[in-house]
Amino acid sequence: MSRKIAQVFAVRGKDFLGGGRVSTEIKTMLRELGIAPEIVRRVAIATYEAEMNIVMYAEEATITVELTPQAVRVVAEDRGPGIPDIGLAMQEGFSTATPEMREMGFGAGMGLPNIKRNTDRLSITSTAGRGTRVEFALDIH
Amino acid sequence: MTLGEVRRLLSCEIFAGDEMLERTVTFGCASDLMSDVLAFSRAGALLLTGLVNVQTIQTAFIAELNGIILVRGKHPNGKVEELAREKKIPLLGTPYSMYEACGILYRAGIPSTMQPEPGLAERRAGK
Repeated sequence: MSRKIAQVFAVRGKDFLGGGRVSTEIKTMLRELGIAPEIVRRVAIATYEAEMNIVMYAEEATITVELTPQAVRVVAEDRGPGIPDIGLAMQEGFSTATPEMREMGFGAGMGLPNIKRNTDRLSITSTAGRGTRVEFALDIH
Repeated sequence: MTLGEVRRLLSCEIFAGDEMLERTVTFGCASDLMSDVLAFSRAGALLLTGLVNVQTIQTAFIAELNGIILVRGKHPNGKVEELAREKKIPLLGTPYSMYEACGILYRAGIPSTMQPEPGLAERRAGK
């Protein structure tokens, strides 16, 4: 594979039943493209956490996955409330989740730390009242 | 151990995946927090949980778990069963509580997949 492959997916906020659909699609796509299983698993976990954050907090978002011979890059960009204090949100256990979110098995303050744990590079930018952009990448060895 | 043996040990009923009972289960984990499962499980693990919704199945697919045991007699709804079949995730249910079910499998030789901080338990025990 010599060229860049990119695909954009739309995610709806508050869609608790549909949450995870995009991550599973991306996982299947990367598997079919022959990416190493351990990389696929890590990308899928990080993307799923990002997708569930969108479902829980944002209005709508796009998730873009880009594949080059060197790396898998995922960008999740949402329109939503934003994260007022990213440092705080990165702490394991810090959460602003509602009971509805917790009933789905999420919102325990593990999302962003889980993304960091599974990726080689992570950058988060956010504007309160506007939205959040989460970008991460994994090197393909 | 195969899923079929797990089924016998835990007197399970099968909601999805009765054609996949030959799958091997190497590790076990138990949680109602899907983020914990995503953070600490390994591919091929068996999940014991009391959380019964579509995200339980999505988590198992994403984390490449070999099966799910719903504890304490819980039943999935049709949507959850359908997704489990679609994602090829065996979904079983046991009448035992989470604690009892884990104990039975642990005693039968299935080790834990969750190692939040390797070596911490040994250090605390002064080993």
